Amino acid sequence: MTHHPMGSAEPLLAVRDLRVTFQRHGEKAFRAVDGVSFDVRPGQTVGLVGESGCGKSVTSLAIMGLLPKRGNRVEGTAIFDGEDLLSLSPSAMRDRRGADIAMIFQDPLSSLNPVVTIGRQVTEVMERHQGLSRKDATPKAAELLERVGIPDPRARLINYPHQLSGGMRQRALIAMALACNPRLLIADEPTTALDVTIQAQILALLKELVVDTGTALVMITHDLGVVAGLCDEVNVLYGGKIVERGGRHGLFQRPRHPYTVGLLNSIPRLDAPRGEKLSPVPGSVADNLPWDSACAFAPRCPNVLDVCTQEQPGWDGDQVVGYRCFNPMGGPR
Amino acid sequence: MLRFVVRRLLQMCMVVVVLSMLVFVWLRSLPGGPVSAILGERQTPQRRAALEAALGLDQPLPVQYLKFMERAIQGNFGVSTKVLPGEDALDVFLSRLPATIELSLLALFLAITLGIPLGYLAARRQGSVTDTTAVIFSLVGVAVPVFFTAFLLKYFFAVEWNLLPVSGRQTTGLDATRVTGMFVLDGVLTREWDAAWDAVKHLILPAVALATIPFAVIFRITRASVLDVLDEDYVRTAEAKGLTAQVIRGRHVLRNAMLPVVTTVGLQVGGLLAGAVLTETVFSYRGVGDALATAFREKDYPVLQVLILAAAVIYVLVNLLVDIAYAVIDPRIRTR
Ligand SMILES: Nc1ncnc2c1ncn2[C@@H]1O[C@H](COP(=O)(O)OP(=O)(O)OP(=O)(O)O)[C@@H](O)[C@H]1O
Ligand SMILES: [Mg+2]
Repeated sequence: MTHHPMGSAEPLLAVRDLRVTFQRHGEKAFRAVDGVSFDVRPGQTVGLVGESGCGKSVTSLAIMGLLPKRGNRVEGTAIFDGEDLLSLSPSAMRDRRGADIAMIFQDPLSSLNPVVTIGRQVTEVMERHQGLSRKDATPKAAELLERVGIPDPRARLINYPHQLSGGMRQRALIAMALACNPRLLIADEPTTALDVTIQAQILALLKELVVDTGTALVMITHDLGVVAGLCDEVNVLYGGKIVERGGRHGLFQRPRHPYTVGLLNSIPRLDAPRGEKLSPVPGSVADNLPWDSACAFAPRCPNVLDVCTQEQPGWDGDQVVGYRCFNPMGGPR
Repeated sequence: MLRFVVRRLLQMCMVVVVLSMLVFVWLRSLPGGPVSAILGERQTPQRRAALEAALGLDQPLPVQYLKFMERAIQGNFGVSTKVLPGEDALDVFLSRLPATIELSLLALFLAITLGIPLGYLAARRQGSVTDTTAVIFSLVGVAVPVFFTAFLLKYFFAVEWNLLPVSGRQTTGLDATRVTGMFVLDGVLTREWDAAWDAVKHLILPAVALATIPFAVIFRITRASVLDVLDEDYVRTAEAKGLTAQVIRGRHVLRNAMLPVVTTVGLQVGGLLAGAVLTETVFSYRGVGDALATAFREKDYPVLQVLILAAAVIYVLVNLLVDIAYAVIDPRIRTR
């Protein structure tokens, strides 16, 4: 793996204090992302992990400029290659998407247009960003399909999504995302909708591709097990805030935030005795306290102190490692 | 694809046969019946029985039906009694057909070319003034009966403001060459531009009246369908690829949004046939609809039989075309 000593290279993407507030008229404003900051260095793989509803997708959609046009407010900055993506004009952002930054989504079937051939859905990206004609793009599309491990790629070009298996569809989506050699790929739960064996194949493929191409990867998942083998750095998100960040080894060997510990305990282990019950984090996000005057996780936290329900915990750390907790595992630093 | 079409054609034949039975039984169960229609109500039972025997009406219904079908396949439906007395019933239908084709095609063209773009625009600007206005108009469009729309149009544009002709297909005395029987097309083919323009003027009001309901329905379905598709994941994928707005609109939104619209257009053709009866009557437009109204009123059974069967065949044929169009756009059907 192209290894960048931590903190050395300039970040490719620097997200600072990202806030996304949803506001429908007549309803109370809801802050789905609440001051998120993280860096992605060239060639690095960064995980964004947390339970359903913690704001992972909203974070990535905000960076991509793909949130619904109305009913939300995005604040903060996302500096990509010296430009703030969040203040680019829609047409400038359209030029970046698919070319410099690409994204793949959770459900491969619904993410593909059912009435357009796989080939066309691959070539259209190259036609758009590389100025290729459809004729010139077609052999390249076949090469791409081959590279993502789709057998008999020429025949697949004229297939429609429903004629492919789930794993093949996700491979095709990855091919589309990589068509223009983006420098950053955001993968939003790319394996959640797939069978376990296929999941492992797709993860292996992603890993191989980012190593080969030097593409930086933001890997979004609710499963810490997925990031274990893949990510250089992991951000744990809770209630729209990053509650812990660390390098792969540090985070897994010495988690500090009680929520991270809970997530680690809920990873299914292959070596665990059969029938042993997983221990997911007790409680649900519905119990969350508002971040303004407390730690949102306090009601579910095994380590809770009085202060946790009275004050917002600050960030203890930097852009590389840190946590947000009054009473971390193993005691304060 | 070929197998698909052949299967559909076979299904279509079955439908037409079943329909022909229904029409046959229905027409024979109407009060009065053909004998009264020919002889009048006041006749001696002997004369009625003699005519019934002559027409084969004393035989069991299935036998009558088989005889009817045997003649029908040879194009022999009998002779018109009232619409064009003495003329062959099939010829009556064929002579009226071009007028109605011309009218329905124009109406359908108007409904589609206005309904689909407006439906798309309304969906893109959901909740805007444009959207709300268009939705209200379409509600009015479906709710108001065709003959009322036709009457209003005729009253204002023809009678009050004298902008367009009141009725008919052509100004009397205009000497136009007939080729296909579709007057606009004939005018164009023979380069008799004044005749073509005259035919267009006669067509406008009936076509607009006939188009209102299909327009409103197509508009509403397009709007709803585009709204659905805009929420689909693959549209977000297309956006994530940075594709241009035109490509996203055409290839990713409209192509998918058209699927329910195509089906709707097929169903609207049925409504169009019914609407033609009313519109043609209001504008004294000598088409199939007008012939049907007359035949029904005057109990011209041979003509009635031809017209109803023809309507059924056309309806089934159009829906076959719709199914083919659907299979062309939707590979999930084609490549099963
Ligand atoms: N368009 C929207 N309007 C209003 N609220 C939204 C919208 N999109 C997301 N949210 C809310 O923002 C919060 C975060 O959603 P998000 O989709 O980012 O969660 P997630 O972490 O991706 O979860 P999952 O694992 O289920 O994908 C949720 O509470 C969700 O209800
Ligand atoms: Mg999500």
